[in-house]
Amino acid sequence: MLKINNLHASIDDKSILKGLNIEVKAGEVHAIMGPNGAGKSTLANIVAGKEEYDVTEGVIELNGEDISELAPEERAHNGVFLSFQYPVEIPGVSVTNFIKTAINETRKAKGLEDMPAKDMLKMIREKSELLEIDRKFLSRSLNEGFSGGEKKRNEIFQMAMLEPKLAILDETDSGLDIDALRIVANGVNKLKSKDNAVIVITHYQRLLEYIVPDFVHVLHDGKIVKTGDASLALELEAKGYDWIKKEVNS
Amino acid sequence: MELKEKIVSSYLAFENDVDINSEIHDIRTEAFHNFEKLGFPTKKLEAWKYTSLNSVLKNDFSIFPNKENAIEFADVKKYFIHDIDTYKVVFIDGKYSSFLSDTTHDGKDVCLMSSALSKSKYKAVIENYFNKIAKQDNLTSLNTAFANEGAYIYIPKNVEVEKPIQIINFTTGNDAATMVQPRNLIVVEENAHVQIIERHQSLTENAVLTNVVTEIFSAKNSTVDYYKIQNDKDNASLVDNTYIEQKTNSVVSVHTFSFGGNITRNNLNFYQRGEHIDSILKGITIIEGKQHVDHHTLVHHIEPNCESHQDYKGIFDARSTGVFNGKVIVDKEAQKTNAYQQNNNVLISDKATINAKPQLEIFADDVKCSHGCTIGQLDEDALFYMQQRGIPKKEGKALLMYAFANTVLESVKIPEVKQRINKLIATKLGVNIGFDL
Repeated sequence: MLKINNLHASIDDKSILKGLNIEVKAGEVHAIMGPNGAGKSTLANIVAGKEEYDVTEGVIELNGEDISELAPEERAHNGVFLSFQYPVEIPGVSVTNFIKTAINETRKAKGLEDMPAKDMLKMIREKSELLEIDRKFLSRSLNEGFSGGEKKRNEIFQMAMLEPKLAILDETDSGLDIDALRIVANGVNKLKSKDNAVIVITHYQRLLEYIVPDFVHVLHDGKIVKTGDASLALELEAKGYDWIKKEVNS
Repeated sequence: MELKEKIVSSYLAFENDVDINSEIHDIRTEAFHNFEKLGFPTKKLEAWKYTSLNSVLKNDFSIFPNKENAIEFADVKKYFIHDIDTYKVVFIDGKYSSFLSDTTHDGKDVCLMSSALSKSKYKAVIENYFNKIAKQDNLTSLNTAFANEGAYIYIPKNVEVEKPIQIINFTTGNDAATMVQPRNLIVVEENAHVQIIERHQSLTENAVLTNVVTEIFSAKNSTVDYYKIQNDKDNASLVDNTYIEQKTNSVVSVHTFSFGGNITRNNLNFYQRGEHIDSILKGITIIEGKQHVDHHTLVHHIEPNCESHQDYKGIFDARSTGVFNGKVIVDKEAQKTNAYQQNNNVLISDKATINAKPQLEIFADDVKCSHGCTIGQLDEDALFYMQQRGIPKKEGKALLMYAFANTVLESVKIPEVKQRINKLIATKLGVNIGFDL
């Protein structure tokens, strides 16, 4: 699915990723953990195609195809979805109109007709139920005045609508109370299949109790310094990151 | 011959066509002398610092297109709001077109200024209202000097006009350059309600200069919703002078949609003569090329406990230029005034400019007045967010601009007008946004 090899990236001449490698196969869930400033969000943004970053070295492949030169929307059309840490507010565009536009633009890129209105409505109904989203919420302006939890739930709702191949959840758990966390995790789990993959970026192991990862990676100073199974997350939770930093430095 | 000289020397010819032994003509003559003295506005006038008419005034305008020019409805249908039933007062090159119009005298008057000025049954209204609030400035004086044709609308007490009224001025371009000066008078009596749509539309690429004056009187408890659609051809310029007087408990809204034309100048003036009045001024400007749109607004709060709400959005591409000058005067007696003014602009191109100037003159001490003015670019983070969801950059930009302008559309009360404006915005932005506009 996703293969990143020796990725180096910087912003404003400040080097952030320094030779990162990761491979994610279809059907897998990977967690990326690490201290603040390790480069977790940078990695997510670079895979999604944010232009502010300079990729100075390395390759990002999606299903065997190098995507580093593709525009963000082209990557989205190829199945990349990023759940934003801070979803942007867009006053004047309702959640429903936004997601309709996103779906139909994606279909257009694939040479398909617009989704029939009836199918669209049915899908919106199903997916909003899955995430326990109030129908009224869908006619509100996108993310405007949403609570932190509503924003994150709305991200996963969009993910459910767009059915991506590779979903990157960037600190989707931050700002969620325990009930919302359960709803979001439940949504993600229901969407999981042998054909798609999920990367969960998080500080805490809390979310990983619900979305159980096959692999846990520790990102530190722009590189993956340790990889393990779900138990690594528990170990990190208990011991913090300092021991890893020491291990790396020694 | 300079345009001013040409106009001055044409006055005798104009007098052939009107009753010169009337009080109206005394008003005209006085205005004529005023214009003769003042001439056209130049950049030396503070109010015209950022808008120059020089390039327009160079045209050799025909001042009285004499020919009766006919046009087929099918050719101009698209300029009407045609999917609902409306009254229509339509002019072609300044002359009334009975064929395209749909007027009424049934419980209200929706008809012609020329007949209102000449028939005795309208005399009382004309005496009370004609030229009572129009300023004596350069271009309003010029219009008053030649005032003869336009829409005359009189809505008596307690009448709620059941369908909107469209005032449309077409110019055919049968002359190489045409100047028209429509004069509208709208009187809405106590407790009455009316919705009006105004449009000036050139049908060819020939030069046009429209200098229109509209006076609106909104009596106690009345409601007026006024929509100006400005989407004219590249060589058509418009100076719109609108004067509105409101009485106690009245609500008047004016929405101005400026999407085209050469030079467009809107002078929109509100005078609040009563209490608990609400004045609403809204506008969307989306222009490109070398187009120029200038909004000069004035809200004069004269009495206490009134409100005004201004919200103007502008999107400027290429070398287009915009002006927003929003003046709010709060008299000493006008305590408890709430006056809001918002002017937000997005510059799409490095070459586009906007000159924005809020101007508040407050003489009362217990008031709430706020103004906000922003000039910026599109939000890059929002753009990335939309791209990430599969919306290409171009459509994303359009969606952002649409969203930016949308707050102004929310208050449009005629669904068909809202739909039309939505379509115009989509066309203007050059995209088919994937949801129903």
